Order: sequence, then C-alpha cells, then structure tokens
Amino acid sequence: MTDLKYAFWPGCVSKGAAPELYVSTKRVAGMLGIELVELDQAACTGAGVIQEQNPELADALNARTFAMAQQLGLPLMNICSTCQGIESMVQDKLAKKPAYLEKINAILADEGLHYTPGLAIKNFLWILVEDFGLDRLRSMVKRPLAGMRIGPFYGCYILRPSEILGKDEHPDRDKYLEMVIDAVGATPVEYSGAKKCCGFPLLTINRENSLKQAGNHIHEAQDLGADALVSPCPLCHLNLDAQQPAAKAVTHYDIDLPIIHLPQMIGLALGVEPKELRLDRHVVSTKKLLAKLPAPAAVAVG
Amino acid sequence: MKVKLKVRRSDPEKAAVGYSQYTIDAPEHTTLLDALIQVREYEDGTLALRCSCRSAICGSCSMRVDGRARLACRAKIIALTRGDEEHEVTVEPMGNMPVIKDLVVDMESFWSKIRQVDPYLQPEGPEPEGEYRVPNESMIDLTHTMNCIMCGACVSDCTVLEVDKNFIAPAALAKAYRFAADPRDGHSHERLEKLSEYSGIWDCTRCNMCVEVCPKGVAPMDRILQLREMAIEEKISGNSGVRHTNIFTKSITDGGRLNEVWMVPGSVGIFNIPRMMKEIPGALRMLRVGKLPVGQAIPPGAPGSHKMKGMDRVRNLVRKAATLKPSKPKVKSDD
Repeated sequence: MTDLKYAFWPGCVSKGAAPELYVSTKRVAGMLGIELVELDQAACTGAGVIQEQNPELADALNARTFAMAQQLGLPLMNICSTCQGIESMVQDKLAKKPAYLEKINAILADEGLHYTPGLAIKNFLWILVEDFGLDRLRSMVKRPLAGMRIGPFYGCYILRPSEILGKDEHPDRDKYLEMVIDAVGATPVEYSGAKKCCGFPLLTINRENSLKQAGNHIHEAQDLGADALVSPCPLCHLNLDAQQPAAKAVTHYDIDLPIIHLPQMIGLALGVEPKELRLDRHVVSTKKLLAKLPAPAAVAVG
Repeated sequence: MKVKLKVRRSDPEKAAVGYSQYTIDAPEHTTLLDALIQVREYEDGTLALRCSCRSAICGSCSMRVDGRARLACRAKIIALTRGDEEHEVTVEPMGNMPVIKDLVVDMESFWSKIRQVDPYLQPEGPEPEGEYRVPNESMIDLTHTMNCIMCGACVSDCTVLEVDKNFIAPAALAKAYRFAADPRDGHSHERLEKLSEYSGIWDCTRCNMCVEVCPKGVAPMDRILQLREMAIEEKISGNSGVRHTNIFTKSITDGGRLNEVWMVPGSVGIFNIPRMMKEIPGALRMLRVGKLPVGQAIPPGAPGSHKMKGMDRVRNLVRKAATLKPSKPKVKSDD
C-alpha cells in the first residue's frame, strides 16, 4: 500500500461558509490514511474573478501556492472544483510561457520560493479514484449507502476545459462522481444538470438567473428520484444548499433536496456519525436523507 | 464497422416528438455526418439535417451529440464510441434554438444577436493614405475570434441562455471582442459601455461550456473575460459585475482569502436597500446553521478586517505583481 501524502489547499470556502467541508475532509482523509500538510499561508486562486481585472496577480498567487507544495516535495490537493480549474488553467499558462514564469519566479524568490512546471494538482475526487483506488474504498465501506439515490453535481471547472484537465490521460474524469457514488453502495441518478453550472458566479450579479440555474437542476434531480446531490465543489454547495430556499421562491418549484459534500458522503459510508461530518449544519435539512442510513447496529461487520 | 444511431425526430406538421433508431454499416473512418447522410440516402429519406462543406469550415452541421454540441462532420464515430460498436450515439438538434424539423433549428436569434453587437469595423478620423498599419501582436490576439464559423455550438450549450433568452450569449460577445479589441476601431469605449449593460458581458456565468464545445478554438468565454478587463480599464462602472470583481480583488489583496460576508453588499451596493432586503432571510438561515462566517464581519480594507497568516508576504507579492502587466499595443497611426 503506497503512502498518500499531499500538500493541502483548503480553499477559502471550507474555511468560511462551508466549515463542514473542512471538518469532513480532515476526518475522512485521516480514516483513509491520506496525509495532508495544510498550506495555511497560501492565498485564494482568484476563482476567475481576480482574473477579470488582474490576471497577472492571479497567476502569481497561484504560482506561489504551487511553489509552496513543491517546497514540501508533495503533490497538491484541493477540495473545490473551481480551485481545480483555476489551478489547472494557470499551470497550463505558465508551462507555455517560460519567460513570464521567470518574472513570477523572480517575485517568489523574495520568499525563497520557486515554481517549476510539472506539479501534480488534484481534487480530492481525482485522488480517490486515481491514487487511492475505488476497490480499496469499497473494501473500507462499513455502512453501504444502499437505498440512497444520489445525483452527481460536478461543478464546471473540474470538467471544463477538458483539454487542460487531463482528458487525454484520464478520459473518465467526467464519470468519477458516478463511480464513487456506486463504490459507496448508493445509486447514481442520471439527470441533465449534473455537469452544468450551479449559477453561483452570477449570484451577486444576476440573482434571478443564478437562482433559476440552481432551482432547475435541483428540481430535475428531485423529479428523477434523487434523495440528495453530492458535489466536490463548495461553491456549488453554497448555491444549491444555502440558496435553495431562495431558488424555490424564484422558480416556484417545490424543491427540498439535501446537498452534501463529497467527503461527507464518503464519511457516511465509512461509518462516521452524521454529526461528526456536520451534516446537521446545512441550510436544507439532511434528516430525510439520513433516515435512509442503515442503523449502526445493523452494521457489525464491514 | 457497425454504427448505431438514435436520432431525435420532430415534424412541424405532427405533434409527436421522439427518437428514430438506425443501425448501419460504415467504414472505420466514417464521421457522424457521413453516417447521417447514409441514413438519409439509404434508410430514411425523411430525416432532415443541415450540411454543406463536410470540412468543418461552413459551420452548417452543428448538432448535439451524446449531450453536447459538435460539428457532425468533425466527429468521428470511432472516437465517439471509443470503438464500442454497441455504443448508440444519440443525436439531437442544437439547444437554445427552436427546432424546425429533426436536426434543423431556427438560428434567427443567433443572427439577430450577432447584428446587435455591430459586427463591423468603425474607424474614427481620417483614413490613412495607404492601408491601416497595426502591431502584429494585436492582430494575432484577434485571430482566435476571426476563426469563428458561426456554427452556433456555443449558443446551443450556453447555460445562461437556458434561463435567460435575452443574454447576448457567447458567439456575439466573442464577435464583439473581435471589433472592440481591434486597434483600428474608433468606438471601443461605446461598444464596451453597451456590452456592460444588462444581458451583456457581466451576465456570463463563466461555466466554460462554450470553450469546451467550440470546434474552432474561439474560446468565447475567454474573450468575454477580456472584454470585462477592458471595461474595467475604461472605468465603465456602476454595475454589479464591476463591483463584484472589485470587492473580490480587494478582499484577497487585503486578507489573502475571500471575505464571503462582504461579497453581496460589496457587489450589489450596501445602500441598495431593496436588493439587500432580499438577502436577509438567506443570511439569517446561514447564520442559524453556522454557515455565516462572522469572523469576516469587518469589510476588507477597514481596520481589523480578517487576514490570513503571513499576509505581509502576500502584500509584497501583490505590489510586485503590478510589474507583470504587459503594455498593450494601441498604436494605430502610420508611424
């Protein structure tokens, strides 16, 4: 069994509006034997927003994070689709512009940092499938989520542009969520919104459109029998969970669908108590979903 | 090889819409368009589709293939099926446009939006003696958008257009960039002002769908981001989009990580009372379950605002990153 150790970029949201993501990630990584060295001084990726007015600053901030991981000699793990996409885009750009990278490295030298293209950057979802392995995960499941119908919700930036997100080397990355849902014993729900936009980037700019996007996907998945959606992206989580009551008001759809983070789903299957995964700290109650969990007593044998 | 197709059918004279399934035998190198033409010629003459050049130049044969827009002439069956002859390729008309029949859609809304952005050069001042002379690099930048063949794939799969028919959408915005960023154009500022209005550049949700499906590397969303950068440089403000990018950037340069609490008030304007009122129930709901980060209550830039560890190092980088900005070629004279 190989040691899995990563430089861990938690992202802004797991340290802010989605603390349950941070807590459940740490808990689940520990159980899986994945060692995380947190980059507590790395800054935001820019999320594509700083890029709108200052792409060079965003490039430098990300190069700095990459260099911090390289200083530790570790691959980089993120827990956010948006972080993954931005990091991959910056990585691609810097690899293609060596002279530009040299200028950035001259700035990083102030901190004794240096980025050399070639760092492995992976979302927790990719790590589960590619590095940890689904068979290994299956063998560790103590409480199969049988009876739960879970819809995948990827988040745009973990899928697109696929060209810079490893499509050639890993052609199934757009199926990983379904594969993980299956590995923990639940049934993946197929619906057309799984790979579309949650609307979060528009929330403060065009609230109606943003909430319609969220509401439509939730409604569609619920209509097709989903008990919950699972996402590797906390920004999607914010729009689909925290904004769900508002999306309900805008779309007039009768929606009430729990939205869970990927590590929370894994944690449930590994036998962790819902409270420890902070499943009680969501805007949309997870009670209905958790009622489908097999009783702990019934799971004496793993 | 065996090719299995499942094609969405609709006929304006009949109400029913459904799928027709076809299995044909075709050579290994066959494209989806070849396969569809073979179906039309030998299996079912009623199948309607658009096509012309068969070489990914005319842009006529866009359709949704296994859920995403593609040029049928550029899609090899062997790649779509990964060589699995049992894989049934699902073929549907483009999205976001009304269907006329089967795989043929009405592209009027596409064209009217292209016209809406004044897709022609509007030079200012006296014409030069000879030709206009422009720096090479500015034209190289524009070649992305010049490659557009108006196939409609980006519009078909645009996720904003699904919820808002008025959104100008990727193709027209990329076209707008082609002229707004052309150093010969004299109306760049006016163009950016118009594009900054409702349903324009700030209404893109940045989902990358158009970048993914564009068969010609136009990468419309990247052009939209460039338009946003230009609008900010031109100081065209007064909309939530600009305020959002400003408060976001300030939050990072001040504290290193995102101040989520101040994103909404900072973007919509804290004195925009009706809009702020809409947010209060949501904020209270988040507060109740511990999802409102109260540690970020002080606005970015104000004394005592939340800062991550090692912020002085980030500040140094922010200051020095200003030197990375390239100087933009804006020359348009003969000299």
